[in-house]
Amino acid sequence: MLLSPHDIARVANLARLELRPDETERILSQLNGFFTLVAQMEAVNTDGVEPLAHPAAILGDVALRLRDDIADEPNQRDISQRSAPAVERGLFLVPKVIE
Amino acid sequence: MSTNLSNVDLHDLSVFDLAAKLAARDVSSVEVTQHFLKRIQAEQLGTFLAVDADVSIAQASAADLRLAAGERTPLLGVPLAHKDVFVTRDFPTTAGSKMLENYRSPFDATVVSKLGTGPGGAGMVTLGKLNCDEFAMGSGNENSAYFAAKNPWDTSRIPGGSSGGSAAAVAARLIPAATGTDTGGSIRQPASLTGITGIKPTYGRCSRYGMVAFASSLDQAGPMARSALDCALLLSAMAGPDLDRDSTSLDMPAADYATDLIATRAYKNGAADLKYPLKGLKIGLPKQFFGAGCAPDVLAVVRSALAEYEKLGATLVDVDLPLTELSIPVYYVIAPAEASSNLSRFDGVRYGHRAAHYTDLNDMYKKSRSEGFGDEATRRIMIGTYVLSHGYYDAYYLKAQKIRRLIAQDFQKAFTQCDIIAGPVSPTVAWKIGDNKADPVANYLADIYTLSSSLAGLPGMSVPAGFGEGGMPVGLQLIGNYFREAQLLGAAHEFQMVTDWHMRKPRFG
Repeated sequence: MLLSPHDIARVANLARLELRPDETERILSQLNGFFTLVAQMEAVNTDGVEPLAHPAAILGDVALRLRDDIADEPNQRDISQRSAPAVERGLFLVPKVIE
Repeated sequence: MSTNLSNVDLHDLSVFDLAAKLAARDVSSVEVTQHFLKRIQAEQLGTFLAVDADVSIAQASAADLRLAAGERTPLLGVPLAHKDVFVTRDFPTTAGSKMLENYRSPFDATVVSKLGTGPGGAGMVTLGKLNCDEFAMGSGNENSAYFAAKNPWDTSRIPGGSSGGSAAAVAARLIPAATGTDTGGSIRQPASLTGITGIKPTYGRCSRYGMVAFASSLDQAGPMARSALDCALLLSAMAGPDLDRDSTSLDMPAADYATDLIATRAYKNGAADLKYPLKGLKIGLPKQFFGAGCAPDVLAVVRSALAEYEKLGATLVDVDLPLTELSIPVYYVIAPAEASSNLSRFDGVRYGHRAAHYTDLNDMYKKSRSEGFGDEATRRIMIGTYVLSHGYYDAYYLKAQKIRRLIAQDFQKAFTQCDIIAGPVSPTVAWKIGDNKADPVANYLADIYTLSSSLAGLPGMSVPAGFGEGGMPVGLQLIGNYFREAQLLGAAHEFQMVTDWHMRKPRFG
């Protein structure tokens, strides 16, 4: 299966990336090279095999913990916003969304 | 050779020996820190992305106060530097990306605070932040958005990646030790290519809190230093549960990896028993790790190291890891899928790069992300978004996660026949800067010997074992079963007591 320039444009939009025409072409050929490699996976029989998401789950059930939903951090708004591109009165600024 | 410690250059000392000198008050942490800062200032290997002498000296002064007050802990006052994917409050954190240029984290990563001079920390002084591939994606450090780090054994070559700055700086004796992260080999491969020692612990052993996320089910922090003993000292401080901050952190108490090894130093004089004797140790050799894909110079070094292990009493047995080659596509589906999800947080709103010109919110996202991400990050986001998209999820992502289970099961089968598994880390010695840049898939193929154990979440390490083509270092990879870091470190340590590969100095060291 080969990807088309249309696939690349669709995926780039999903990923919120804007590719230049030369980049689109380069990524198209690199991804097609890559998916030739990925096609090897088809040959492996995985009938009845459960996907493994957490590696230690191979040893048995691994409970992924949830902690109590309690705010335990002090208010760090100023220090948290010091690397934000645009901030005003403690709020993040974005372009107008609703006309 | 008898050496008077006080005449030895400080940068030639191991972490263990530096700590002893500091504890004896032969030298202060400020003096040690100044010595390394001077070397870092003069370095030409591109290993550092950030230094701040004032911050480091202040930390060293704090360590000196603790030493003066009589505190004696194994790492107190010894300096190190962190791979730039660990967030730090007192230094910028870029993850090697333009996306995070000038980013300042509001907090320290758990690993950073566990090692550092703050409350409850081991008291190590941070010398700065180390160069790496952008978001830890790469095998040569050439994907750093800032500059490529160079290999101190031959500056026309890569130091490996993605923890390339960590490896090169330790090898060049710019720092006694460093942190690294390993997702598909990013500690082991650069350690191998620069002739140092590095260990990737079992997945979940060190907290991922404050590590800029690449592939969350694979990412793992670990130490890089010149010897197994030094790695053991650092890992003892880094590892341990972080239950409230990392939901994948293993609920196992921190371990002391170093004391047994220190006792084993004395064993040479007949003073102590070996905790993990090599006599009777079964080392499994997967035939898939010793095939035509591995360069003859690398294989020769690996085989002679294994012969050394036999002399020390270990036995070699053949084992089978039939899906080794498949680990490449499986990894390069799973890791980009997780990366595309993790990197979606970079939206130009809360932190990170924002484009100067845009028409609306969507355009701002697209322009900010496209300007901020380099080629490899972009490529992996594209792959990941594609394999997770509607209609392809089952065929790629789910299929890969199923094969991942088979790969992990194969390892368990192999471990019924052996105690540890050994082989090469990388199929070649370090390549020339620029050589593999045009062909990303060629770079992916070079990860073949490290990916399968990463997918299985097993601990693995690289131990300096000799030199190959061009006089470049070659590491021996040791892979252990889950939670067997102590066994790996013990096996490496005993090898290092009878060999001196890990003591060799590079030309630019």
